[in-house]
Amino acid sequence: MKKLLLGDFAVARGAWEAGVKVAAAYPGTPSTEITEELARFPEVYSEWSPNEKVALEVGIGSSIKGARTIVSMKHVGLNVACDPLFTASYTGVNGGLVIAVADDPSVFSSQNEQDTRLTAVSAKVPVIEPSDSAEAKEFTKFAFELSEKYDTPVILRVTTRVAHSQSLVELDERQEVPLRPYEKNIPKYVMMPANARVKHVVVEKRQAQLSEDANGFAINRIEERDKKLGVICSGGVYQYVREALPEASVLKLGMVYPLPYKLIEKFASSVERCIVAEELASHIETLVKAHGIKVEGKNLFPLEGEFSAKLIRERVLGEKEEIAPEAVPARPPVLCAGCPHRGVFYTLAKLKLNVLGDIGCYTLGAVPPLSSMDAVVCMGASIGMAVGFDKADPEAHKHSVAVIGDSTFIHSGITGLIDAVYNKAKVTVIILDNRTTGMTGHQNHPATGKTIKNEPTYELDLAEVCRAVGVPNVRTVDPGDLNALESAVREEIAKEEVSVIIAKKPCALLTKKLYKGFRVNDKCKKCKACMKLGCPAIVNGKDGITIDISLCTECGLCQGVCKFGAIESNGGAEEKR
Amino acid sequence: MDKKSCDILIVGVGGQGTLLASRVLGKYALDEGYDVKLSEVHGMAQRGGSVMTYVRIGENIASPIIDEGRADLILAFEKLEALRYAHYLKKGGHILYSTQEIMPMPVVTGAAEYPQGIEKKLAGVGIDALSLALEAGNAKAANSVMLGALCKDMGFDREKFEGALLSCIPQKTVEMNRKAFELGYNAL
Repeated sequence: MKKLLLGDFAVARGAWEAGVKVAAAYPGTPSTEITEELARFPEVYSEWSPNEKVALEVGIGSSIKGARTIVSMKHVGLNVACDPLFTASYTGVNGGLVIAVADDPSVFSSQNEQDTRLTAVSAKVPVIEPSDSAEAKEFTKFAFELSEKYDTPVILRVTTRVAHSQSLVELDERQEVPLRPYEKNIPKYVMMPANARVKHVVVEKRQAQLSEDANGFAINRIEERDKKLGVICSGGVYQYVREALPEASVLKLGMVYPLPYKLIEKFASSVERCIVAEELASHIETLVKAHGIKVEGKNLFPLEGEFSAKLIRERVLGEKEEIAPEAVPARPPVLCAGCPHRGVFYTLAKLKLNVLGDIGCYTLGAVPPLSSMDAVVCMGASIGMAVGFDKADPEAHKHSVAVIGDSTFIHSGITGLIDAVYNKAKVTVIILDNRTTGMTGHQNHPATGKTIKNEPTYELDLAEVCRAVGVPNVRTVDPGDLNALESAVREEIAKEEVSVIIAKKPCALLTKKLYKGFRVNDKCKKCKACMKLGCPAIVNGKDGITIDISLCTECGLCQGVCKFGAIESNGGAEEKR
Repeated sequence: MDKKSCDILIVGVGGQGTLLASRVLGKYALDEGYDVKLSEVHGMAQRGGSVMTYVRIGENIASPIIDEGRADLILAFEKLEALRYAHYLKKGGHILYSTQEIMPMPVVTGAAEYPQGIEKKLAGVGIDALSLALEAGNAKAANSVMLGALCKDMGFDREKFEGALLSCIPQKTVEMNRKAFELGYNAL
């Protein structure tokens, strides 16, 4: 049976068909849907881990115990998981261990545009890369075989365009794979110096063997067509090459590390002009050139952004299409109407505080008119940066705070908070507790009290965590109550101690109501106080200030800032029928 | 569908339901025996940003994205977004757009103005999807209004296409969306 499947769902399906027993992940666009889908299969134990490092450690454990295991994350999540990854490369596996990593060329929803292939080279872990959903499923199954045969974790790399495109997939049945017997094996699994030295030699041999054997892998294939032009490509780029250059010969690499040099040499010498087309880093090109094979590549193509058939036509054939888009106002993403974070950023902007930010929907607090963020780097960084602010300037705490989401705090903010207490920093941390992992589409986490399968579990109490690590001032406020919020912030930044304010209100998108929205009445003096909220539902147009009822969620923030009582209800929301 | 292939670009503002529209189209095309590729936007842009989704229907599709100047049809859920992506249309292609205006943040803050006279620049038909959605029961049904219009415009099998839509939405909203679809279908 053929089905239209999202690339991520196809990875999940492939893992399920391959008999996977354990799946662990931390949500991250564009990888999240792999584990969301796996959680629907009763045969698979799935979990949202607190972060990617823990997810991979769970994966390493279940692999050693003999189960086929998949661990999923986005490219920057792999940075968090690098510590276990680099040494799992040495220990190898028992049950097949596949690490699905989603890169984000063009930075649709990330903080950088790094290339997982380069990390894999450092970690000495093989990488395979599908080009559509059908391959995503098949390559995932192949990755498990590869992992067990060569005793190595295998990275399955997808990019946004493969992860979040849907194409047709032939579905197969699940193959039950029994646990591989576990035997205690200290030289294999205990990486202390004497064992690691021995294992490093094994790793180098394995990589050389993989490079040699890859010449015969079916996923690396030559498509012979016109000999004038040959293109070496992989992943989503293969589709653009086929569309833009239907006559060209193609070497399609399913495994992009280690590379099958004999096959590449054979292909390159069979065509008059050989080009490597790869998004992001010069990975294949650099390795191939170092091997003495003559190719073109980044002399034609950019190091940043995703490719398209148009880009390939332009850069290879020199075809230039003159198409000018209309000059129109940009539409950047914004905090949703009703977003509980808005009140916090409104208050921080009003108090003109420096805000050390973090990763999540609330990074949008940096967008005008709130513009209430000074620095965002990576998951969990806000608290450490706030400590740094304080240590650089002992007065900084009076005009700065850290903001971090509930899920991000659990991911890697807790250690920063321990640092703040331990090293006597005078920081105020606001935990934006919207009761979910928002940006990635509402996943549970340890403080929601529900597992990935929505089963009840222990609900981590964020306030108790903060008290337990020694924070002397912990308070919870409703971010919809602007007065309470403002006094809380003023009081805490004045203290010479660590403070945590938990701004607790569920994400507006979690409320399943049909809203009638608010309206502006004739008491409006056009003072524009409400416009400072940066709410997308409040519009200052030719008819004065109006409220877009298709967006308004009746959060009441605008009523809170209006001094004239000019904003009133249309009768209140009703439950969705 | 009478043609062998069709490239449709669906554009709008994050949260308007472009993903639902592309999935309905994908399901319909698949049921009709075509090869289909869809490409979607998830993550940050979905928070009120400008979003585009590609739908490619044909016999053997390679790239999941549609290049500028190559779309047969643009389905736009918002007027400014219709204009933003109008250059994706091929010669002879057309746009079905909702006349709804959603102010982008630079307009809200006064840094830019919402362009006037957009209708004159667009090769296509405008539909008051917001009013029709409210008539059907709620503003959120505007995407079903647009899908009704698209169904008529493309000459799709109405019963099958409506069936594809109704299979993709929560059971509780079936009646409202059926009504919205009908109003959109009859608006053309």
